[in-house]
Amino acid sequence: MYDKIFPPKKIALPNGKVVIEKRSPTPLILLLLLIGVYFSVQLTGFSLPVLFERWDQFFVIILDMIPPRWDYTSHIWQPLLDTIKMSLLGSVLGSLTAIPIAYLASNNIVKNRVIVGIARVFLSILRTMPTLVMALIATFIFGLGTLAGTVAIFLFTIAYVGKFLYEQIENVNMDAFEAMESLGMTRVQAFRYAIFPQVLPNYLSTSLFCFEGNVRYASILGYVGAGGIGLLLNEGLGWRDYSSVGMILFMLIITVFLIERVSEHFRKRLI
Amino acid sequence: MDTIEKQLKVAPKNRRYIIVVTTILLFLFVWSLTALSFENMQESGWSIAASILTGIINPDLELLLSFTSQGVPYLLVETIAIAFLGTIIGAIMAVPLAFLSASNIVPAPVAWLTRLFLIMVRTVPSLVYGLMLIRVTGPGPFAGILTIALVSIGMLSKLFVDAIEDLDIGVLESMTSIGCTTFEKIRYGIIPQLFSMFLSIVIYRFDMNLREASILGLVGAGGIGAPLIFAMNAYRWNEVGSILIGLVILILIVEIYSNKIRGKLVRG
Repeated sequence: MYDKIFPPKKIALPNGKVVIEKRSPTPLILLLLLIGVYFSVQLTGFSLPVLFERWDQFFVIILDMIPPRWDYTSHIWQPLLDTIKMSLLGSVLGSLTAIPIAYLASNNIVKNRVIVGIARVFLSILRTMPTLVMALIATFIFGLGTLAGTVAIFLFTIAYVGKFLYEQIENVNMDAFEAMESLGMTRVQAFRYAIFPQVLPNYLSTSLFCFEGNVRYASILGYVGAGGIGLLLNEGLGWRDYSSVGMILFMLIITVFLIERVSEHFRKRLI
Repeated sequence: MDTIEKQLKVAPKNRRYIIVVTTILLFLFVWSLTALSFENMQESGWSIAASILTGIINPDLELLLSFTSQGVPYLLVETIAIAFLGTIIGAIMAVPLAFLSASNIVPAPVAWLTRLFLIMVRTVPSLVYGLMLIRVTGPGPFAGILTIALVSIGMLSKLFVDAIEDLDIGVLESMTSIGCTTFEKIRYGIIPQLFSMFLSIVIYRFDMNLREASILGLVGAGGIGAPLIFAMNAYRWNEVGSILIGLVILILIVEIYSNKIRGKLVRG
């Protein structure tokens, strides 16, 4: 298509041979990007002068956070642990539930197209829902508190791990699976002994990675009332008590950093 | 003992390690169960769930298809614009930070410090940035753009660093040996290697930012989030349904296209 609109350049070499050089699409892409930027700027009221004039306002809150209120630590422990518990529970349950769904969504194992299609649409819809929206809906159904947050994380984990898992399953070597089936195993048994060991390291590593991300997500879920440290964060921001907010963020950063280190250690061992 | 049994004996035994890790995991799992409380769950929960479902099945078609500034299409376009500009600004800011934290380019302490800085930037929740930036720009989509830019820096530079550290040095050495200047080395040796990788990463992040932009409305930073929250808090479930349907369709379409483009970019 592109080659027809902009015909490739022909270069005649000294020995009479004609070489065709395709036109690069870069200028067209740049033009489209510029048009996109122009319209976005118009639509959103982006203005550089305001940014240059008022950028220092951004640091007002940050400077208010320093020094953080150290004596606030005792209030933070419980919600912080709640956040970790929420994301741990949601991640473990979610990645376990993801296995059967991923099984149903991989087209090399389940031959029924309808089932595969339904499982995939289900995963896609779950994945497109922003976590915070899911948490908000969950607070309406399960009431305010950690349960709603756990449900939101659980659903997000299913979607994320499920998608990775079925892509992994579709890329595995099917020989062992076929051999076991020909020995008379059922499909589920053959899946358990031939395919699961192949995808297990990647599955565990994806689940760990998802857990890492979930701790970070879980910290804002409290914003909509779904429990955890987000509640304190919301409160602190609401009262403009920025030194407490600074302390919360400080503890959060350390926790996330530690969890990332531990999970990275295990993920490196797995692969 | 035949060969198969011998082979079986040779397999590395790390059963103890597995048992220890599993026990720790089980212990943590049981510990985390204590966070759940069913006290706040009310009987009305299920009726609300039912009304949410009926709302999503019977969306407010007028809202879904009207092209005024309150309609779903306009809000979606605004969300796209926020994510688009935010991603571009974030990508521009991430490039120098990525080079500063690549251990094959700068000395180790500098790389280490930059990484620490990036972890800090990445951990602060986006809503906090949203609130800080509203002070700068006032509420509205402008604040959303800057927030998206800030939250994408962390992941973008982390992935950029991986691309930079995978640079093929051999190309640069051979260019030096045929007498290329530094500028030529950057233009013909480094940029072609990195450009398509970077572009693919940026497109991936745009995908995520679209989701991020749809919740920023919660703090008043523009996009489709605010109408969604208002509709939810007012229990207008058919409006919620139409907004969610619009959002899901948009994100799915963008995801399909971005996967296609990225596939082309990576395979060359």
